[in-house]
This record gives sequence, structure tokens and C-alpha cells, in this order.
Amino acid sequence: MARAAVPGRLTWQPAIVAATRAETATARTLVLDVDGWTGHVPGQHVDVRLTAPDGYMAHRSYSISSAPGPGRLEVTVQAVTDGEVSPYLVDVAEPGDQLEIRGPLGGWFVRRLADRRPALLIGGGSGVAPLMSMVRAATNPTRLLYSTRSPSDALFSADLATAEAAGGGRVAVTKVYTRVAPPGWPAPPRRLDADALAQVAWPREADAVAFVCGPTGFVETMADLLVDIGHDPTNIRTERFGPTGG
Amino acid sequence: MAVITRGFGGRRRDDADLPPGQYRTDDFPVLSAGPTPRIDLDEWEFAVVTETGERSTWSWAEFTALPADEPTVDIHCVTRWSKFGTSWRGVSVDTLLADVDTAAEYVVAHSYGGYTTNIPLEGLLDGQAWVAYEFDGEPLAPVHGGPARLLVPHLYFWKSAKWLRALELRLDDEPGFWETAGYHNDGDPWREQRYLED
Repeated sequence: MARAAVPGRLTWQPAIVAATRAETATARTLVLDVDGWTGHVPGQHVDVRLTAPDGYMAHRSYSISSAPGPGRLEVTVQAVTDGEVSPYLVDVAEPGDQLEIRGPLGGWFVRRLADRRPALLIGGGSGVAPLMSMVRAATNPTRLLYSTRSPSDALFSADLATAEAAGGGRVAVTKVYTRVAPPGWPAPPRRLDADALAQVAWPREADAVAFVCGPTGFVETMADLLVDIGHDPTNIRTERFGPTGG
Repeated sequence: MAVITRGFGGRRRDDADLPPGQYRTDDFPVLSAGPTPRIDLDEWEFAVVTETGERSTWSWAEFTALPADEPTVDIHCVTRWSKFGTSWRGVSVDTLLADVDTAAEYVVAHSYGGYTTNIPLEGLLDGQAWVAYEFDGEPLAPVHGGPARLLVPHLYFWKSAKWLRALELRLDDEPGFWETAGYHNDGDPWREQRYLED
């Protein structure tokens, strides 16, 4: 039975912050140790619950950015201005602190190992987090197109380079800077457009699957462009981060 | 035994209208599974299909000429945001089913683009649900489900199918898109029915 295979998936479990890594000035990866954690499917998320000393609780959902594995997972959090949970996770939490999680959750925006199709991953801003998990776990041809404002806003810079180098040609990463490009970058800052997309998109006959994640406007634009260049709409999976998140 | 998170204070807001595990937002975030379908109003059609296969259909002009309500409701997304006091214009499901002969107990909402969601019929009647085509006095934007979407504010918002094409009346319950992807069959935010096993 499928349900028996995932005991406690929806039970709140203690998670201990094992380490933190600054990704940018306003984003951080938290390494969480969870007893009995059996891993996840790349693209899935967890619910996070924080409890104040007086019992007040706040909940949010965060994508898992690490490769699947037992006992440990990583979430990458972008601090939202005036947010309630994200500023705590980015600025306050320290190794040894406890919170609670449940998951892994989500059965649609996922790239399963059994899915042999090539994938085009398109991430905008912190929407690259679930795609990072897919990149780390890639066993099939995977192209990532990552749109970010500037080098100082870019998440996972070193990890993406490592994954590309270790991928043996399976993984290809293309970055587009929309406001500020690094010195010597071959292209000026620009928005992702149909030309840029067509350069990295798989040919139609490849039967590729596309995963698009980012702010709503970004996802709308990218999904529309994919349809415009002939990508089958039923092979486009989207996940949107609204203007809020907290 | 509760796990206390050191250093977390939280921001309490006195929101008795907020279901458990939700937070309040004043924006209108978007959740959908794929691209926004392109729908031409000249080709738009809405249908009610009964368990015997009988179809009632409306063109855009016919649909927007039906008696409409202007509900103001709170909406609750399973991704944990709630938005209070949203204003809509649409046709109540009571009106759409007034002349329909059915023994159905369940409904599957079908969307342009292929999305589906299932709801017990009684959850759509008695002023609980509308097919809405305006938000905040403006035509409903495609990203929010326009031309027309189902509006069932008492359930998590994935039940309020965007880009609505048809309501299929059924004798049996047929789980829809998210309901077969690990989400709860009923989706009552006040009982916090988010996922399959909740």
C-alpha cells in the first residue's frame, strides 16, 4: 500500500538545524536533520512550523533544494520583506535550533527517476530552489535556465558549477542576468525572451518536460513562450511563488 | 511535547476569521499547475452535463446575461495564504442548476486546459458557489482563471477551478487533478484538510 510506504509523512516531526549557508545577503540554505527522514522526490516541498514560547505557531511551505537522501534535507529560503517566518529562518535560526517539519509533499511538480525524458528547468529568482534539487539528482539530460537580477542575487552559484562539472555532460546551466551582469559577461543584462529560450529549449522531437518555477509574472511569461515555440502545454509543469510568501 | 523554536516570536494578528495554519495576505498570489490556457470569448462555452448525458450550454453572451450575484468572500489557498473580503461578480450554481433534472450527488468541474476538481453537489448549492467572471469590478484576468472560474470560498481554493468549461454532475465521486496528486478529497480549510491523510 502506498500509504504504508510513507509512514508519518504528514506527522509533524522535530528537525534540528545542523548548519546554515548564506546564499546571498537575503537568502540562506538551512541544513535540517530529521530522524527517520527517508528522502524525497526532487521538486517536492516541506511544511515548516515554528512555535513561539507562548504556543503561537506559524506555518509556511518551502521547497527542498538538496538531492534526495536519508536523515537530512536542505531548504533554501529567501527573506520576504515584512515576512513572519522567512526573516527568522534567514537571519535568526542557528545550528542546534529546533523547528518542526512535515513532508515530503507534492506529487505534481516533481521529476521522478523513472521519467527518462530530457528536462528543461526554468527558474526565476528563488524559484530555482526546487530546480536545484532536480539538478543535483539528475540522471537524465537536464538543462537549467536561471534568470536572476544580478550576481549578488544569484543562488547556488558554486553548487551549480559543481553539478555541471560533475554531470558528465548531462547537466547544462545557462544564466541570464536581468539587471546587472558580472564583469566580462558575454551578454548585457536582459529579460528572458523567446530567442534566449529557443537557444536552450530541447527540439520538439525530444519530447522534453519543462519545469518552470518563480514569481507569477515570470512563470506566466515563460510558460507562454514555451507554448509559442511549440512546447506541448501538457508537458509544462509550473510552480509559482506569489508576491508574498512570508 | 511541543517543540519550541528558540528566538521565534511571531507576529500575532487577531484574525478569528483565519483558518488553522493560514496567514493573511492582501495580495492575490497565483497557484496553478501549468500554462494559462488561451481562450477566445467567441469560442468560450460553458456547459452543465448531467449523469444521463444531458447538456445545457451557454455562450459568453448568454452566460453574462444570466442573473448575477456580487459576493464578497474570504478565500483560503492550501499553500497557506488567505485573502479577506474579495469581491466577485458571477452566476450562482443554484441559478445554473435551476432547470436541471438530476439525482447526482457529486460534481466534477472541468477546465479549459484539462484541469479537474471534484466537489459534493451539496457543497455548491444554497448560495455557496458561483461561476465568477469579474473580480474587483474588472473582467477576471486569465492568470486568475478568466474568462470564468468556479468560486467555492468555503473550500481550499484549488476547488475553485480556473478557466471553467463545464460542471459534470455524477452519481459517484471522481477525484480530480490535485485530489489524485496527494491532496485531500474534501479540502475544508476549517478542518485543515490539506493532504490525502490529513
